[in-house]
Amino acid sequence: MHPAFSVIFLTTLIGAGQGLFLALFTGQLYALANLLPQQEDRYFYGMGSDLAVLFLGLGLLASFFHLGHPERAWRSAAQWRTSWLSREVIILPAALGLIALYGLIHWMQWTQPFFVIREALPVDASLIVGVLAMLAVFALYIATGMIYACIRFLQEWHSALTVINYALLGIASGFTFAAAFSAWIGNGLVGFYGTWAVILTLAAAVTRSAALIRNRRIKHKSNLQTAIGIRHTHIQQKAQGAMGGSFNTREYMHHQSPDFMHKVLVVFMVLVFTLPILLLAASYWLASPYLPAAAFVVQYLGLLAERWYFFADARHPQNLYYQSVA
Amino acid sequence: MTQLALVIDLNVCVGCHACVTSCKEWNTSGWAGPMTDFDPYGADPTGTFFNRVQTFEVGQFPNTQTVHFPKSCLHCEEPPCVPVCPTGASYKRAEDGIVLVDYDKCIGCKYCSWACPYGARELDEKQKVMKKCTLCVDRIYDQALPESERKPACVMACPTNARLFGDVHDAESEVSRQIRDNGGYQLMPEWGTKPANHYLPRRKTEIRIHEDELVRADNPLKKEGIPAKPPADRPTLDDTTSW
Repeated sequence: MHPAFSVIFLTTLIGAGQGLFLALFTGQLYALANLLPQQEDRYFYGMGSDLAVLFLGLGLLASFFHLGHPERAWRSAAQWRTSWLSREVIILPAALGLIALYGLIHWMQWTQPFFVIREALPVDASLIVGVLAMLAVFALYIATGMIYACIRFLQEWHSALTVINYALLGIASGFTFAAAFSAWIGNGLVGFYGTWAVILTLAAAVTRSAALIRNRRIKHKSNLQTAIGIRHTHIQQKAQGAMGGSFNTREYMHHQSPDFMHKVLVVFMVLVFTLPILLLAASYWLASPYLPAAAFVVQYLGLLAERWYFFADARHPQNLYYQSVA
Repeated sequence: MTQLALVIDLNVCVGCHACVTSCKEWNTSGWAGPMTDFDPYGADPTGTFFNRVQTFEVGQFPNTQTVHFPKSCLHCEEPPCVPVCPTGASYKRAEDGIVLVDYDKCIGCKYCSWACPYGARELDEKQKVMKKCTLCVDRIYDQALPESERKPACVMACPTNARLFGDVHDAESEVSRQIRDNGGYQLMPEWGTKPANHYLPRRKTEIRIHEDELVRADNPLKKEGIPAKPPADRPTLDDTTSW
């Protein structure tokens, strides 16, 4: 497939934004369970949620560049019964709104408990909205991943690993950002978020590698014989019906050499997994406020390459019809 | 239930591209138009087409066959492109099974083109909406045309009658009989899309002649055998000698 930069930015930005919210809410849940000190600083949740909203908003903005008619984008909420894209279009603004509301509740300190469960769990507005936003965020990861995983003849994508990788890579980059954000404002949660960021990045490394191995071994169901219905072991295309290229030669092919593909693979494996883990580990010892930020930037750049590779790696069966110009 | 479709006879197609040009001519000025071209006379021309003829060489020299292969939307009975459309712009008509795009609803997200294994859909770079074969829906129901012309433009144009048009759900229609009698098949059956368009394979006409049909070994008079020449000094006798 041809990697479209609008979609690359969309999926990486909203992935990081969702992950950042999950990081914030995980912090709140840990504090509720008295595993972390309560954050009295309303800037942390308020500003953090604003940044998550900013990520999601930028992702939403990037998605418009993918459309031929962005002014009609509102129509895309119509077919939620059948289309994962439509579901994503509904869930994304819902998640964005809930995260914004979550940030507002913390900012305005509307955190008086409504009631207390078993004298241990005070339930306030931030907890209720946070749980709803968390559900929306997970639903959004599933919807985004399923847009690609549901196309059964793009066999490289048609796997649960696609959804798992979208979620894990997004959550990992969100936690890395949360570590950078904590380091920046100096609230002492760098270790907590940094540790989780490393664990999540390692988990994502396992599942992404599993997807890579799976795709190396994939046996494509379609071949030229089934594509044109002629049983012969030697079939060569002599003409594809147009010599100057067409939508079919632009949209479904990346036109890059195997060597270039391999380089992108190496680059993203280093930038997404190796370097951020090293930088986060170094920040643990050096207590530098810049290293976690560097880890996030490096990992995000790596994710751009990872997403590019994700698209370029998928081989669309229609390419069987477009092997030779003339 | 009606399912209109094309049946394309690869045994007859000569690869003249008349279906391509007639499709472009009819549709660019019709309901589904325009089919925009860019740089049509330049070095790098490109444009929107609903139908393309491709050419494949089957076999190895000297035993090769050239197969011309027209490809357009197959109007699948289980179209994978329709449920993925987020706006409902892509739809399959219940009354005749034609898969169409509502250009006024299409947002040009290209998701349907990803979901078509055949690459039958093309984004018009000028109008920025997804376009595809309509089976000339603006032609086949046009009461102003004589009944014999209420067929897709490609079918009308084909000089060798390689393209047949009709209802593949009607068992007695011409297209159904052709599929049944001549081994009509669907493209990429492995995906369960159930394409309505069918292709008729290359067919070789072979006469089977057995050895004993050439030499009448069972003739008791051996009429076919040429009798040996008698010596010249012997009297001639009709029916038994050769001169």
